[in-house]
Amino acid sequence: MNNIDIIRISDLHKTYRVGTVDVHALRGVDLTVKKGEFLSIVGPSGSGKSTLFHIIGALTSPTSGTAVVGDQDLSRMSDAERTRMRKRTVGFVFQKFNLLPNLTARDNIAVARHIGGTAPEPTPEFTEVLRLLGIADRLDHKPNALSGGEQQRVAIARAIVNHPAILLADEPTGNLDTENSRTVLEVLRDLNQRMGQTILMITHNPEAATYGHSTVHMRDGRIVERT
Amino acid sequence: MRSLLSVLLIGVPVTLILCLVGLSHGFIEDSQKRNLGIGADLLVRPKGSSFLSLNGAPMREEFVALIAKQPHVQLATGVYNQTAEGVTLGAAGIDYDQFAKMSGGFTFVSGGRFARPDDIILDEFYATQTKKKVGDTIELLKSKWHVSGIMEGGKLAHIVVPLKTLQTRNDNPNHISQVFVKLDDPKQVTAVIKNLHELLGDDVPIQSMDDFISLLNVNNIPALAGFIAVVMGIGVVIGFLVVSLSMYMAVLQRTREIGILKSLGASKGFILGIILSEALCLGIAGTVSGIGLTYGAAALIHALKPATLPMIMVYEWWLYAGAITIVGALLGALYPGLTAASHDPIEALSYE
Repeated sequence: MNNIDIIRISDLHKTYRVGTVDVHALRGVDLTVKKGEFLSIVGPSGSGKSTLFHIIGALTSPTSGTAVVGDQDLSRMSDAERTRMRKRTVGFVFQKFNLLPNLTARDNIAVARHIGGTAPEPTPEFTEVLRLLGIADRLDHKPNALSGGEQQRVAIARAIVNHPAILLADEPTGNLDTENSRTVLEVLRDLNQRMGQTILMITHNPEAATYGHSTVHMRDGRIVERT
Repeated sequence: MRSLLSVLLIGVPVTLILCLVGLSHGFIEDSQKRNLGIGADLLVRPKGSSFLSLNGAPMREEFVALIAKQPHVQLATGVYNQTAEGVTLGAAGIDYDQFAKMSGGFTFVSGGRFARPDDIILDEFYATQTKKKVGDTIELLKSKWHVSGIMEGGKLAHIVVPLKTLQTRNDNPNHISQVFVKLDDPKQVTAVIKNLHELLGDDVPIQSMDDFISLLNVNNIPALAGFIAVVMGIGVVIGFLVVSLSMYMAVLQRTREIGILKSLGASKGFILGIILSEALCLGIAGTVSGIGLTYGAAALIHALKPATLPMIMVYEWWLYAGAITIVGALLGALYPGLTAASHDPIEALSYE
């Protein structure tokens, strides 16, 4: 971890319109994340964790406030600019793995490389990452032939294949048993420690949250505590 | 399964187009071949008649003798045409000896020339179609005939009967439909036509066989080009609807996958490109399946109605039918593709 702020969020608001009702998902969030930091975000359902992720991950735009990732201001981005940012700057790991079911693990990773505009063949460094993730010999299997833990490790490999500045993991152990959860969390910690990967992880599991350098607690669309 | 059904459905209009074109070209080619087999240099038709006419005999038979006496005319023979089945199958009443002299005679597969007034000669296509052999009785042209011979196809008509019998049975004695003329020197065609016009009148259609045969093409068949255009239009519409529905279903089924691709940074153009590529594949596969179905239809038609429905494969139309289908498929995929491209990634990722 170094002293450069890779994420700077100030007075961030997000309001959704559901039918005729306005839902205030974020009500003035302030947050900074250092480059190379592993930050856990915890909070009850509806506290705004996922919305914060979606904004940092450029999946949606904020209603007001500023959110700067690297040197890019997310509040001023067009749809096309957000698409470009998802391509290179952020990588997602989801609770439900979200691998493309008809493709092998190798092809799932290759699709991300293709979209990201990088060479189709993995670099020696990435091959080493695949070995660290323990999936090097499982790449020719489709998701339905992989265990939950393996699927999530493939999803992690896919998320980091384009060397994103930030890895966003939304409940990455939510669908895994204890042993696989531990493996995935150790993989994330490994990536953070060995490669300096900035990681933001949403979790409901207090034990999982301890893998981060610090933990942000959210409630009712606000950050209430950082430990 | 969805894709397979789509491919088969897209293949249907391709088959319709290729069968229609194959039948029309087959009919024309069959007519050309049979007219070439006559061995005539000129054709004299009744006033006001269509070059496609297969029916009726308004010309007086005495014209034959008159034409035969003209300079450079080696031989003239009158033929009585009558529709036998549908609009494509005609029978011809002939003076056997005169016609044999002009054409070199029929090549018989079995049996031979007329021996009785009610004898009939069938070509092998029509004999196969009706499962008749020499000695059988066949009911045709509203009366019964005795099959005296089965000939090879490609000369005058699929069905040939004695001229006098056909005239009598139609209660139209001494009348014919047209006169075929053979010259002693084919280079004299223009001069003989001029002479015959002076003799018979300028309004009597007299053409060299080459000119007549050149008239036998798809563009000269009334309404056929329009009909083919309508079928092609139906092809585009069916291709459009099938692909549109199929791709719309695909987009619904793959909403989550589209969300995944968007989370990876896939642009709208990338998503649209995937949908259009799939539509292109469906269009190409549909065209191939349509060509396959056309071969099946052709085999069936050839087995059941080889004489009535002479069908050929018109290979250049594979390209046209394919292009029409692919355009329909791409147009059909455009709306589902744009829908997919504009999916909100968060909603798409939460789609179950």
